[in-house]
Amino acid sequence: MHYLIGGLPPFTLNLWQDVQHMLAYDFMRRAMLTGTLVSVIAGMVGTFVVLRHQSFAGESLSDVAFTGALGGAALGFNPLLTLLGTTIVVALAMGGLGERLRGRDVAIGTVLAWVLGLGDLFLFLFTQHGSGRGTGFSGVAVLFGNVLGVSNAQMVSIALVSGLALLVLLVIARPLLFASLDPDVAAARGVPVRRLGLLFMALVAVTVSVATLAVGALLIFALLLLPAAIAQALTARPFRALALAVGIALVVTWGGITIGFYSGYPISVCISLLAFVTYLGALIWRWQGISLLSNMSKYTR
Amino acid sequence: MVITDAIGPSWDLVADYQILTYYHFMQNAYLAGTVVAIIAGIVGYFMVLRGQSFAGHSLANVGFAGATGATLVGASPIIGLFLAGILAALGIQALGLGTRQTRQNDIAVGAIFTASLAFGYLFLHLAKSAYGSGIYAVLFGNPLGIGDADVRLILWAGFAVVLLAIVSARPLLFASLDPDVAAARGVPVRALGLGYLVVLALVVALAVQVIGVLLIFALLVTPAAIANALTTRPLVAIALAVGLGILFTWLGLAVGFFWPYPVGFFITTFAFAAYVVVRGGRWLWPRWQRFLAAPPAEGAR
Repeated sequence: MHYLIGGLPPFTLNLWQDVQHMLAYDFMRRAMLTGTLVSVIAGMVGTFVVLRHQSFAGESLSDVAFTGALGGAALGFNPLLTLLGTTIVVALAMGGLGERLRGRDVAIGTVLAWVLGLGDLFLFLFTQHGSGRGTGFSGVAVLFGNVLGVSNAQMVSIALVSGLALLVLLVIARPLLFASLDPDVAAARGVPVRRLGLLFMALVAVTVSVATLAVGALLIFALLLLPAAIAQALTARPFRALALAVGIALVVTWGGITIGFYSGYPISVCISLLAFVTYLGALIWRWQGISLLSNMSKYTR
Repeated sequence: MVITDAIGPSWDLVADYQILTYYHFMQNAYLAGTVVAIIAGIVGYFMVLRGQSFAGHSLANVGFAGATGATLVGASPIIGLFLAGILAALGIQALGLGTRQTRQNDIAVGAIFTASLAFGYLFLHLAKSAYGSGIYAVLFGNPLGIGDADVRLILWAGFAVVLLAIVSARPLLFASLDPDVAAARGVPVRALGLGYLVVLALVVALAVQVIGVLLIFALLVTPAAIANALTTRPLVAIALAVGLGILFTWLGLAVGFFWPYPVGFFITTFAFAAYVVVRGGRWLWPRWQRFLAAPPAEGAR
C-alpha cells in the first residue's frame, strides 16, 4: 500500500474535499464498500459473541481462517471458498464438542495449535511453489489483511455471503438472544438452544471469513469483539447495543481506512488501533461515569 | 532444510542418528529444543491447571510486538520478547485478568492482544529491512537457525526456570488448586501468580526461536492436556508432559531435517495426533470393556 502513496493527494483541512479525493480512486471505493459490509455483519455477530462469552472460540476461528485461506492458496483453490469451508467445519465441530468437553479451553487450544502448525506448512508450500508473487506477500495479507487489494469479484462474493448471514441472523435474533441470556429457561420454553448455538457458530465462521479479507486473520478481534464490547460498556439494552456495535464498527472501519489512506500505514493496523483506543475511551468514560454517579449520590444524601 | 537432497533417512537408525547429530546446527537445534520442551512442559502443566490458557496465548502474541519492536531499534528479539512479556504479565496481574475467566476479562485480554499484534505489524512495516524473513521466524520459529549465543542463553535461562519450578512447585500447586485455602494458610497467592506469569513470559521468549509465537501453544498446552487425560497425580503428570514435549520436539526436528517442510508443522502434528489418540482411547476404552463384559445378545442364542 505504501508504494502507492507517492502519487496520492495530501490531507487537507477541507474534509469534504478529502473524502471526494479519496473516493475518486476505484480501489478506495471498493475498500470502503467492503469495509462497510464487513463492519455491519461483524458488529451484529460480535454482539452475540460477547453476550455468549465465546471470544476465545471467535479468536480460534481466526487462526483457522489463516490456515484455510493459505491452504486454498497453496493447493490452488479459491481462498474464499476454502476459508468458508474450513471455518464452518471447525466452528460446527467446536460447537458440537464444546458442551460435552469439560476442559473446553484446553481442547480448543490443542486444536488451534495444530491448525496453526498446518498453516505454517501451507505458508511454506505457498511461498515455495506459489505462482507469481512467491515472496510470501500474500501470507502477510492473510495474516494482517489487505482491504485495498479486494477485487470486484471478491467484493461481490463478500456481499452475497454477508447478506445471507445477516438475513439468517435477523431471523434468529430474538430466540438467540433468549438462548444466550438464559439457556435453561429458553430450553424449558421450547427454544432449540443447541441447534441455535450450532447455527450461530456457523455465522461466526462466516463473519470471521469475510473479516479476514478486511483486517486479516490476526486482527479480527478488533472488528468482531471490540465494537460489541464498547457498545455493551455503554448500554445494557441488547438491541440498542446491537445497533451501537454496528455503528461503532462502521465508524472505526471508515476512520481506519481514511487514516491509512492519508498516513500510508497499513489499514488493518489503523482500524485495530482506532478500535482499541475507542475501547479504552469507553472504559474510562464508564469508569468516570460510575464515580460521578457515586459522588452525586453521596452529595444528595 | 537446505541439504536434504544429499541425504535421506534409511532404516539404519544408528546411521540416521549419526547424520542427525553430525551437523552443528542440528546439535544446537536439539539442545535448544530439548530445553524449551522441558520448561514448556512444566510451565504448561500449571497453565492448564490454573485455567490460564487464554492469558498464555495473549502473552505469546504480546511477545510478537516485543520481538518486532526490538528488531526495529536493533536489539535482540529475545530481549524485546521478554520485556514485552513481563509488561504484559504485570498488566494481566494488575487488572486481575489472570485469575477468573469472566466475560469482561476475556475481552480485556483480547483487546490488549489485538493492540499488541497491530503494534507488532506496525513495527514490521516501519522496519522494512527485516520485513519478509523476520516476520515468519517470529511467528513460526526457525529451529534450524539457532546461533551458539542463543543456545547458551536458552540453556542458562532454562536451568533457572527448572530450579525455580523445583523450589516453588508445591506452593504453586496448592495456590493453583485451591487459592482461598492456600491464602488462608499463608501462601502468598498473588505473588506466586505474578511470578508464574513472569516465568511464563520468559518461557515464551525462549521458545520463540524454536517454535515461534503462534505455535508455542502446541508445546505449552498439548503435552499437559495429554498428561491430564492419563493421570490425575500432579508430579506424574508434569513428568509425563515434559517427556511428551521432548518426544514431539525430537521427532519433529528429525522429520523436519530429512523432509523439507517446516519443523513447527511436524512438532504440532505429532502433538495433536497423540492428543487425538489419547482422547479417542479414553472414549473407546470403557465402551470396549462394557462390550466384553456384556452378556451375548438375545438373538445369538
